[in-house]
Amino acid sequence: MGKRSAALVGFTEWAPQRKWDRPMFGLEACAQLAAEALADAGIDKGEVDGLVSGALQESPLFAPLALAEYLRIQTNFSELVDIGGASSAGMIWRAAAAIEIGLCDTVLVLVPSTPAPIESGGDVAKMVMPPYLMGDAWGSPQGQFDIPYGLVAAAPSFAMVATRYMDQYGVKPEQLAKIAVDQRNSALKNPKAVFKDKPITVEDVLASPMVCDPVHLLEMVMPCFGGGAVVLTSAERAAKTRHRPVFLSGYGESISHKTVSYMRDLSVTPAKPAADKAFGMAGMERSAVDLCSFYDCFTITVLATLEDAGFVAKGQGGDFVEEHDLSFAGDFPLNTHGGQLGMGQGGSAGGLSHVIDALSQLQGRSGDRQLPKADAAYVTGVGGLMASNVGLVMEGA
Amino acid sequence: MRVEQPYAEGGRPIPRRTPTSAPHFEAAREGRLRIQRCPRDGFFFYPRSRCPDCLQDDWAWQDVNGRGAVYSFTVDRVGLDPAQRDRLPLVVAIVELEEGPRLTTNIVGCDAEAVCIGMSVEVTFEDLGSETLIQFRPAA
Repeated sequence: MGKRSAALVGFTEWAPQRKWDRPMFGLEACAQLAAEALADAGIDKGEVDGLVSGALQESPLFAPLALAEYLRIQTNFSELVDIGGASSAGMIWRAAAAIEIGLCDTVLVLVPSTPAPIESGGDVAKMVMPPYLMGDAWGSPQGQFDIPYGLVAAAPSFAMVATRYMDQYGVKPEQLAKIAVDQRNSALKNPKAVFKDKPITVEDVLASPMVCDPVHLLEMVMPCFGGGAVVLTSAERAAKTRHRPVFLSGYGESISHKTVSYMRDLSVTPAKPAADKAFGMAGMERSAVDLCSFYDCFTITVLATLEDAGFVAKGQGGDFVEEHDLSFAGDFPLNTHGGQLGMGQGGSAGGLSHVIDALSQLQGRSGDRQLPKADAAYVTGVGGLMASNVGLVMEGA
Repeated sequence: MRVEQPYAEGGRPIPRRTPTSAPHFEAAREGRLRIQRCPRDGFFFYPRSRCPDCLQDDWAWQDVNGRGAVYSFTVDRVGLDPAQRDRLPLVVAIVELEEGPRLTTNIVGCDAEAVCIGMSVEVTFEDLGSETLIQFRPAA
């Protein structure tokens, strides 16, 4: 039996949107997210003594301090997590670990991703996130040895992983495309999904524009704004909350590089060490999992995670996705919220959508997408250029 | 103080050498591929102050023959870096040198559709004005 000391007890999630009507600074978004998540959990703000977040653009230094001040919370545990798309999942286990060792009792995990108001006289063009992922500072290896060659944004890196995978294991374009299709079928039942009204077929995916061979446009996430928050608390306190508590019974994290140029083997991702650690800690077999929610910036990320996290034998992922229905209605439910591919990537909150997908299912709150049995889930986060991986085993009380 | 990323005429971002990487870029100006070699752990890339394996600093610069094979690649069809949109389709590749290390580069001098994993390539150089960029082309 895995850990039973900290539980996820409530959440809020803002529907990803391409355009955001009401600009908010990160601190302002955090305040609203905090209020909503605490209300959902039925926990009073006065009980919160831990805050975990990502970077806040208006507070490039000392973000955790600015956050405690803005929310007027005196913390016993504050943390800023900066491991790319795996950050949200990384925040969850750090919060649970802090509760487990007794540093704090109740933690708010806050992931704002809204556009800030534009300052009078400000240049809107400069507000657009550059494709260099801030890797062009002087002295950065990325600025000297990746960016000049066009290895920018995320697509070329994941495309090179896909190229290698297809060459090594014979994965077919149709198999990768089917991942996007199955997830879209789940998104059609998610009122918060950007693509809730647009079913697609494998043919549609393969007919969409080629962005970076072999990655088609419909195999990439739609960048959006968004936000999300989760409340974690001790098992004792969790037992007296309004929803079914969900224990974080095991977790793992693995990082070995930043850019794909220095990934030791492009067809072996850090999902393996993270998953082995997480399932070992949880004392659980992969077969006991009712649903998976895998970080999906690209279709190849899902395929590689299926294999490296130990659900499918190495090299069998392509055949597996072809033979199984990955939608909420299928025999291997994976990203029942539609994933970021179907829901839209709500900025850095995109990584929290997988945590919330699993939490919502285990709490029986997934509406039309609700699985008949949802007691255990495996969630992953992927950050950098297939560089960081976080795995979370979640179990309903 | 942050200096804006410089660009060559035609749009390529120009790498900004550092005191540590300068000998690598200086050699490229002269048409040679020069990387570091640790006496215990062998060649490594990119240039570092210490060997990434043993963290010792008794490495030496060494010119290599510039031959290798394509480890993986992609073809950017849309210009993810708007600055490089005049160069499409842009073949972005990871090349494994005969000496072992891998580096990210572009494959030039052939049709993008002709590039494949395992293809033998050799180094070539592109003058960006103030710096020289390492490129690879199909081996002669």
